[in-house]
Amino acid sequence: MIALIDYRAGNLTSVRKALAEVGADVYTPASPVELAHARGIIVPGVGHFAATGALDRTWMETIRTAVAAGRPLLGICLGMQWLYEGSEEAPDLPGLGLLAGSCHRLPASTGLKVPHVGWNRLDRLREASIVNGVGDGAHVYFTHSYVAPVTDDTIAAAAHGETFAAIVQRGHVAGVQFHPEKSGDVGLQILRNFLELATSAREV
Amino acid sequence: MLCKRIIACLDCRNGQVVKGVNFEGLRNAGDPAELANRYNREGIDELVILDVTATLERRRALAETIRAVARELFIPLAVGGGIRTQDDAAAAVDAGADKVSLNTAALSHPELITTLANRYGSQAVLVAIDAKLEAGRYAVYARSGQTSASRDAVEWAREAGDRGAGEILLTSIDRDGTKSGFDCEMTSAVSQAVSIPVIASGGAGGLADFLEVFTSGAADAALAASIFHYSETGVAALKRYLRDNGIPVRL
Repeated sequence: MIALIDYRAGNLTSVRKALAEVGADVYTPASPVELAHARGIIVPGVGHFAATGALDRTWMETIRTAVAAGRPLLGICLGMQWLYEGSEEAPDLPGLGLLAGSCHRLPASTGLKVPHVGWNRLDRLREASIVNGVGDGAHVYFTHSYVAPVTDDTIAAAAHGETFAAIVQRGHVAGVQFHPEKSGDVGLQILRNFLELATSAREV
Repeated sequence: MLCKRIIACLDCRNGQVVKGVNFEGLRNAGDPAELANRYNREGIDELVILDVTATLERRRALAETIRAVARELFIPLAVGGGIRTQDDAAAAVDAGADKVSLNTAALSHPELITTLANRYGSQAVLVAIDAKLEAGRYAVYARSGQTSASRDAVEWAREAGDRGAGEILLTSIDRDGTKSGFDCEMTSAVSQAVSIPVIASGGAGGLADFLEVFTSGAADAALAASIFHYSETGVAALKRYLRDNGIPVRL
């Protein structure tokens, strides 16, 4: 069972549909205690970083504990940004802090439009299980204004005025800035890879 | 580099595609899901369902169309036509729409833009603007081009963005259905006035029209309906043409 966390940051219909397509058995935990059933955890989300405030200290501690116990975690879009220490979009609100660095707004000075909306190219920086079967230079669908920096955890980067982290993975913690549920076959392959990570993960 | 998007529009009535379709080669003529799947195979970047159903049953018919189209597609899907209230938007989103397109309702109740942006995120809210050149400015029309909204398109696009719209779908009333090319001057005027993406619509006739709207029109995306049904302007051929002319596209 994959826990898809619904914290009211956007509609999850498309994410559910894509997860069903790749064969995932998905449930939405009503409270942190229900995470106990999860083989893997997905934090989706669109919108303002402040929305992640709905994932309070109990949620955060339970998710950290599950990750420490070996459960894979995938953050999508805002959910990926939440894996970092925080975001200048809501400076007083801490992120989960599993990845080093914090998120910032794409620069407006480049003459490029912000938000960054549409299909953009993934530039592979290193190999990781989350990108198994995904070719270098594949296109995926983005819609966001804030970005995470390129760090040692960055598997693939994308560029829009500046280069930012598009796919990250550190052990069994992964994140994607784009929407795999809206990125055609490439997106489905990434969800499949996460599912594989979740089904093969062993308790620590 | 961010790609320019090619968007196909399906004009639907009571669950059937109704406008400008060359049904040849389709198993079930006029079936939106079948057409959507064909476009997807050809590499379309995004789909818009424009509902023109006029009956009381419209909301249910639309939800069924959305569900049928969304079933096997994993690319962005926008839905427009007659979305007047939060409940209309919720029905479309729950059926699988990623974006809702507001036109007349946004003009008469602009606060609906903000309400929906707060509920679903700005990326889910498209404001559609139908406009034409009148006395030196781009005049906005409501009710499918029937009623003057007494608004300037550039100024209205800016306000829509400020109120939380994620994208502008700009249709030239003069060019719509003419295949004489997009209104690049209007598209450029609006695109340069806003920070959000602008989708150009109305007038697509041939490959060069798309190249022009992405260059001199400063469009972020271009939408067309009927022309994609004809093999001479297939989606894949269009994208190869654009790539060969230096426009970044997803291929």
